[in-house]
Amino acid sequence: MAKSAKWQKTKKKLIGGLVELGLVQKIFLYVMLISLCFVYVYPILHMGVTSLKSLTDLLDPSVQWLPHELTIENYTKALDVMGFTEHFLDTLLVTVVPALAQTFSCALAGYAFARFRFKGRNFLMMCVLLTFIVPFPVLMVPTYTMYADYGILSSIWTMILPAITGQGLRAAIFILIYRATYEQIPFSLDEAARVDGASEARVFFTIGVPLGLPAMITSFLFSFVWYWNETYTTSLFMGNASFGHTKSISTLVMELAQFEESYLAYLEKVGGWAAKNSGGANIQNEAVTMAGTILTIAPLLIVYFCLQRYFTDAIDRSGITGE
Amino acid sequence: MKKIRIGLVTRREMKGYIFLLPWLIGFALFFALPLVQSFIYSLNDVKITANGRKMSFIAFENYRYLFQDDTVFVEQLKNFYADAILRLAVILVFSLVIAMMLNQNIKGKGVFRTLFFLPIIVVSGPVLERLVNEGATTVPLIESYGINGIVEAVLPRALARPLSGLFSQLILVLWYSGVPILIYMTGLQKINSSLYEASKIDGANGWISFWKITLPSLRPMILINGVYILVFLATTGINEVIATINDRMFSTTVGGGYGHASAMAWVYALTLAVTLGILVLVTKERKAKEVAIIKSREQIRIEKLHAESARKMKGGKRHGKKR
Repeated sequence: MAKSAKWQKTKKKLIGGLVELGLVQKIFLYVMLISLCFVYVYPILHMGVTSLKSLTDLLDPSVQWLPHELTIENYTKALDVMGFTEHFLDTLLVTVVPALAQTFSCALAGYAFARFRFKGRNFLMMCVLLTFIVPFPVLMVPTYTMYADYGILSSIWTMILPAITGQGLRAAIFILIYRATYEQIPFSLDEAARVDGASEARVFFTIGVPLGLPAMITSFLFSFVWYWNETYTTSLFMGNASFGHTKSISTLVMELAQFEESYLAYLEKVGGWAAKNSGGANIQNEAVTMAGTILTIAPLLIVYFCLQRYFTDAIDRSGITGE
Repeated sequence: MKKIRIGLVTRREMKGYIFLLPWLIGFALFFALPLVQSFIYSLNDVKITANGRKMSFIAFENYRYLFQDDTVFVEQLKNFYADAILRLAVILVFSLVIAMMLNQNIKGKGVFRTLFFLPIIVVSGPVLERLVNEGATTVPLIESYGINGIVEAVLPRALARPLSGLFSQLILVLWYSGVPILIYMTGLQKINSSLYEASKIDGANGWISFWKITLPSLRPMILINGVYILVFLATTGINEVIATINDRMFSTTVGGGYGHASAMAWVYALTLAVTLGILVLVTKERKAKEVAIIKSREQIRIEKLHAESARKMKGGKRHGKKR
């Protein structure tokens, strides 16, 4: 009798009870999760390791994960090839300014949708969702000709103007986040302020902005990342230095897109024509390209790991899962 | 009195519009106007001359060309949807599995969440291109066992192409599940755990409670995820259809130019809208059906109970009489 009770207890520990998990299931879970994590992070790991390999390690097929020696030569080359310092500043400009503009304009729109009742509110909300669903190629041609007509092509205004009017990259998501945030802030707060004689603008800046700060940080971070990664609109509107502009704006991601050509040009500049066509160049190319890729995403990775809470909390904040 | 109140209401409404004004301007200027204009372009033959753009109305000639003479576009569109639907299914299932694992009571939940969300930060056209070229997006096992060869040998071509494409970019596909995982997780947390306990006491195992409790409760999340993934796949940087539209816009050969590019973009947008509509219908219809089934079952059960109690009553009476 006692034995069976003991057996029951061990069984419960191993297989689990009504709700809690047993040891067997837990081990299975951890093994699954960790191996999936590995598969997930594999490309980034692969990229990191390859970028640190020297030429001999690259040629040696037995060297997979642990190079004999770590070299940062690839990185110094990649820095040169991409013109890192110059384009890093360009990227920051193209990324931060529209992200700030988008954060502010979407906050205004979300605030309006959450705090005011006006005719056509639901219809306009549908329009917000429509801007998310309609793929950009539909708008591409007229937008391009419009910018060309106003002569702002290949300037940063092509990014700022849509962002400041709430039509930036995936602006609809941010408007949803703000709307959900502002709907949860008690209305009595701004009524009290209004009774005390505050104007609507004052109410927004003294109540809306401080209380909506977490949502603002989330929006800014996501805009930052998305603008950083954007190539489609940036290369279309700012890529070719036509229409009288001599200097075009080129972001790091755009530089990465044409890395191979830049690398060959770089080789020719440094080592002459022979170096460009020598055998080692192509293989070395791989490691340098990976180094360039790492350099491009490194700032994003740093931002993400420092502030990851704001990224992963975004879904809860958006309210799309229904409260 | 009444007049003042109306005045106040409209003034309040006006304030709402004022907050929304930047977005309204942006919507008109950068969304509605280009949308209409691109439709007009798609109905015209647009020529770029020294004096500017010259348009001549040709009705649906661009669309006719697209479907009858163009060899590339329709094929690409078909391929895109075959790929997208397969990937959609894989991502939906995969992210649900991960979300359910993360929803268990395990340690290091935050770390796992951070890692599974990480790819969202990294994905951008050029970076992905590098990784695909490097072969870093495929699981090494799949390649070394030659699964793709088997797939191509066994299945018909129409099925084999998307499948082998899926396998060769499996990690890439899984990378898109960062946001869906988080959406599922918030959904899972909202399910009342007493439901599971009650069902276990009634004798349901994990499998049954997944189909009867988890999945029905997650239905809205599945819809949101489906829409999100589809829109994401349709607008991602390494989408062939978008690349083609982009190329055609600036090409001067037959089938190029603003008119053709706009027509292609419209066909793309409309097919996407139809697909999204089907997605919404599928999830909604199932819901209605299921409710009907549950209702009818309930009805049958109640009728049975009624019949039984009536019989018992009769039997009891007879019993009583006998005594």
